[in-house]
Amino acid sequence: MPDGALPVLDVSGLKTIFRTRGGEVHAVNSVSFDLRPGELLGVVGESGSGKSVTMMSLIGLLPTPPAEVRDGRVMFDGKDLLHCTPAELRAVRGPGIGFIFQDPMTSLNPVFTVGYQLREPLMKHMGMTKAQAQVRAKELLELVGIPDAERRLRDFPHQFSGGMRQRVMIAIALACDPKVLIADEPTTALDVTIQAQILELVKELRQKLGMAIVWITHDLGVIAGIADRIMVMYGGQVVEQGPVSEVFHKPRHPYTRALLKTVPSVRGERTAKLSVIEGQPPILRDAPSACPFRDRCAQAFDRCASENPARTPVGPGHDAACFWDFDADAPRTHEAAHA
Amino acid sequence: MLDAPGKALIEVSGLKMYFPITAGVFRKHVGDVKAVDNVSFTIYEGETLGLVGESGCGKSTCGRAILRLYEPTAGAVRIDSKDVLAADADTLREMRPKMQMVFQDPQASLNPRMTVAAIIGEPLDEHTSLSKKDKLARIYELMDQVGLNRDFANRYPHEFSGGQRQRIGIARALALNPKFIVCDEPIAALDVSIQAQVVNLLEELQDRLGLTYLFISHDLSMVRHIADRVAVMYLGQIIELAPRDPLYVEPLHPYTQALLSAVPEPDPEAEKTRRRIILKGDVPSPANPPKGCNFCTRCPKVMEICRQTEPTFHEVQPGRFVACHLYQETAD
Repeated sequence: MPDGALPVLDVSGLKTIFRTRGGEVHAVNSVSFDLRPGELLGVVGESGSGKSVTMMSLIGLLPTPPAEVRDGRVMFDGKDLLHCTPAELRAVRGPGIGFIFQDPMTSLNPVFTVGYQLREPLMKHMGMTKAQAQVRAKELLELVGIPDAERRLRDFPHQFSGGMRQRVMIAIALACDPKVLIADEPTTALDVTIQAQILELVKELRQKLGMAIVWITHDLGVIAGIADRIMVMYGGQVVEQGPVSEVFHKPRHPYTRALLKTVPSVRGERTAKLSVIEGQPPILRDAPSACPFRDRCAQAFDRCASENPARTPVGPGHDAACFWDFDADAPRTHEAAHA
Repeated sequence: MLDAPGKALIEVSGLKMYFPITAGVFRKHVGDVKAVDNVSFTIYEGETLGLVGESGCGKSTCGRAILRLYEPTAGAVRIDSKDVLAADADTLREMRPKMQMVFQDPQASLNPRMTVAAIIGEPLDEHTSLSKKDKLARIYELMDQVGLNRDFANRYPHEFSGGQRQRIGIARALALNPKFIVCDEPIAALDVSIQAQVVNLLEELQDRLGLTYLFISHDLSMVRHIADRVAVMYLGQIIELAPRDPLYVEPLHPYTQALLSAVPEPDPEAEKTRRRIILKGDVPSPANPPKGCNFCTRCPKVMEICRQTEPTFHEVQPGRFVACHLYQETAD
């Protein structure tokens, strides 16, 4: 990725907590990242690692309470989204930032036609008349590859298959030409052959429309095919971030390394036994004071239990939050130089 | 064949599972959803047969029909040369301990009001007459086998994580020393790092106890890891069945080819150069399958004959079965 281009989205020190009866849950802990124009950032992590919550916090989609964005700064278009009024936020959602949700069945309204749901953002945000919106809605459905678009606009969501519904979701997210598109596990609920269709579609749309995309997934294979940069999350923190080929070939965080090893492949060598990450993901009861991965880590040593590692540069545009230096196969020593 | 085929443990022939569609006030029978349509296969003792396919292709229904959790419409299933489908209620009950099931969703398949010990012990209550002490000893033994801490025996399912809950489900299935276990998407609800733990456990148990699995999954890479032979289902029918390695190296049926090419690979360089076969459209409704070959509406290699006659499922190479007109000539 060329440096220098101003990021369209710049997040720093984001902290989100949930207040529950059992106490606070620290779902997102000091997450910082940026998104440059036209780039596709893949966000990988297990369920509960905070990837969806991070993205929902950005544009105020979390119900408050129980959620509370406690700290941080989200710069988009010269504004801090965390300090916007609800009306300002509404103006950003749609033309500024589009969102594709994971489950196309529950995120489309079952009692309105697809055409109505497509026209709604166009008329609200773009100031179109109903007739103009109708024309544009048809174009959008054609853009995402739904045949017989004009007639399909009159159909309800239940008349579409899973893959087609996800295409409708994408069409709605694209309706107002957003600068940033956030896709939250858009293919997880779909079958592999349909997933392949959607991935091809996204590649095509990126070339045509050139927007920046954040793609949340737990499937490393999906990321490998489409992302420019990848961000790995664990226990509510970013543990590794870098260009996709760097992270896949030279992973510098033990969690990323283990994750890459546990996934079997349909091609190449077949291992006799799968390597596993022992143990369970952490429960985020308190603000982190130690490395969240230490209990499951093969490299863990005493420092990991007393201090939470900060993200340290490990290569060009590549950083990892770990005290272990995999090149030297020893704890990192030259920390002072970066501090 | 990989090795000399052992004794056939499960023989399924011509299995059909139709769900009736009714309409009107009088619930008139107007059609059938052909969830499983004429499926035949054999599972040998000690092997794992992987059953893969997209959602809605009938793989779970097939697994359940084999254990007679549904009443199949037609066909025969023999387990250890005893007919499951013809058995009356009492005989079936005697056969149950031999065949068990691990369900997809460990959250939904464990009773939230029962403790772990009660869940694992329930099959023992039903089918054995162990004393209280022996029963508890057996429960502890099972918990050790699946890697659950004995101290947790009196806890409730909600206190466990997804991976641990699946272990409880596995322990329950093992309680009566079964020969055959149907694993219905046992890892689909789990996180990537936990999936490997459960799959390794299933493999270990198989080695130790000589179990036979029918492993149902939509995850082709995991099936490649665990299965000895793989059956691919599409719209209620098995369209290809082959030993694992030949199937993954050189899939014969155009659907298997497309399915394998659609699986993304965690390697950015390979992903850039790889050519995917993109299938057009969606799976047709099983209530109204197309005429001829079920796959003819999406097949990239469709021919005239595919829209007219249904291909037969037959052996094209030793141990490799396929239902496709492309390979029909070689048979005769």
